[in-house]
Amino acid sequence: MLNAATAEVRAADAAPNPWFDVSYVTSNWESIVGYLGEHVRLTVAAVLLGALIALPLALLARRSRWLAGPVLGLSTVIYTIPSLAMFAFVAPFTGLTATTVLIGLVLYSLVILVRNFLTGLQSVPADVREAARGMGYGSGRLLWQVELPLALPAFMAGLRVATVSTVALTTVGVIVGHGGLGQLIIGGFNANFYRAEIVTGAVGCVLLALLADLLLAGAERLLTPWAERVRA
Amino acid sequence: MNLLRDAWVYLNDPYNWTRDRGILELLGEHLRISASAVLVALVVALPVGMLLGHTGRGGGFTVALSNVSRAVPTLALLTVFAVTPIGFGPTATTIALAVFAVPPILTNTYVGFRSVDRDVVEASRAMGMTGRQVVLRAELPLATPLVMTGIRTATVQVVATAALAALVAGGGLGGIITLAFAQQDYGVVLAGAFLVALLAVLSEAALALLARLVTPGRRFAFPAFGMRTASGAPPSAAARPR
Repeated sequence: MLNAATAEVRAADAAPNPWFDVSYVTSNWESIVGYLGEHVRLTVAAVLLGALIALPLALLARRSRWLAGPVLGLSTVIYTIPSLAMFAFVAPFTGLTATTVLIGLVLYSLVILVRNFLTGLQSVPADVREAARGMGYGSGRLLWQVELPLALPAFMAGLRVATVSTVALTTVGVIVGHGGLGQLIIGGFNANFYRAEIVTGAVGCVLLALLADLLLAGAERLLTPWAERVRA
Repeated sequence: MNLLRDAWVYLNDPYNWTRDRGILELLGEHLRISASAVLVALVVALPVGMLLGHTGRGGGFTVALSNVSRAVPTLALLTVFAVTPIGFGPTATTIALAVFAVPPILTNTYVGFRSVDRDVVEASRAMGMTGRQVVLRAELPLATPLVMTGIRTATVQVVATAALAALVAGGGLGGIITLAFAQQDYGVVLAGAFLVALLAVLSEAALALLARLVTPGRRFAFPAFGMRTASGAPPSAAARPR
């Protein structure tokens, strides 16, 4: 088995198999952009849905100590489940669809976001809250105008980690045929170890993650002009 | 409920456990790959982390390393190593997983060493301890909780991501899931998912217990993700996707 494997790799090496090939990228541009589009759509949807679910959960968990324990405990368990197993749990019910991948990704981003949202809300100083109440702020206005802005750094840190993680995790969606750029990675592996395709997918993922992180960092700067800029 | 019954039937059949490339053989391979990956990462990351933490240099490097590593999909590196002359199989898997196990151990060791009270370090120097004694007798014991957090994070992550190796013929328990997907046998897909998830949860519990034994009286809090500490240090539990 092992000998066969080595022999096969040597056979593949005998033919030119460069790590990167511009002609591969140009001649397959449309399919690469297609996979990239799926990758971006899945990531954006997963993080947005995750944030929409995480905010009320964090608010609930903050309201009562009894809820905070189970919410954090459950989130830890979900985060421990490997992505391959998560997609395999969901796939029998939703089939080989992008929905399967989306459900798994939402769960992971939810776990990251709920914890950071809760940390952010808890970091609002009690006297600030008291002062706002004393000035006649109702609970809705208090949340929107005082607590959310103060919790924003923790929120944004969570969004950045969730986004970068989701970009990387989306690749595992190949197991149901919807892995975005991951399709290129596994596609190249299955196409007789075609390195140019593998590296294009891998580098694309890393660049996408770094770009998303950069965009969110910029958004954070714009949203929190009052924050100290100690480090870049 | 047919699926659950199929999964149960699969798991309840002793032949599925003991046969060639059965659950037990794949589990053994999974654990061997994981253990060697963590060992390789320990040998590389622990001394470097201790050195950097002791001298206080390379903080920016460890932050950058742990941030960038989070952006690299595990699947990408598993595949890239599989198409080098190493060839696909357990060796390529072990190397790829070890690479991902380095950042959590390195970062946490560095942060652990940096967060040791400077007065303690000064006092041990004043008592005539050599550099090596300061590291091994003063800084390392005090940094143990964070070092253990790093080892725990790395180990659980390796055990969890080793499942992905099956996508590139790298061995391990994930093979049950990939094979069942190929055969469109969703009962077995569920059974495989259950086994892989259970292994990850058990390894988390085992490492938490180990950390508790090594550092008595310490409680582990739920850290938020990606938050910097007041000193600008990187997050202690370097979370990356599994």
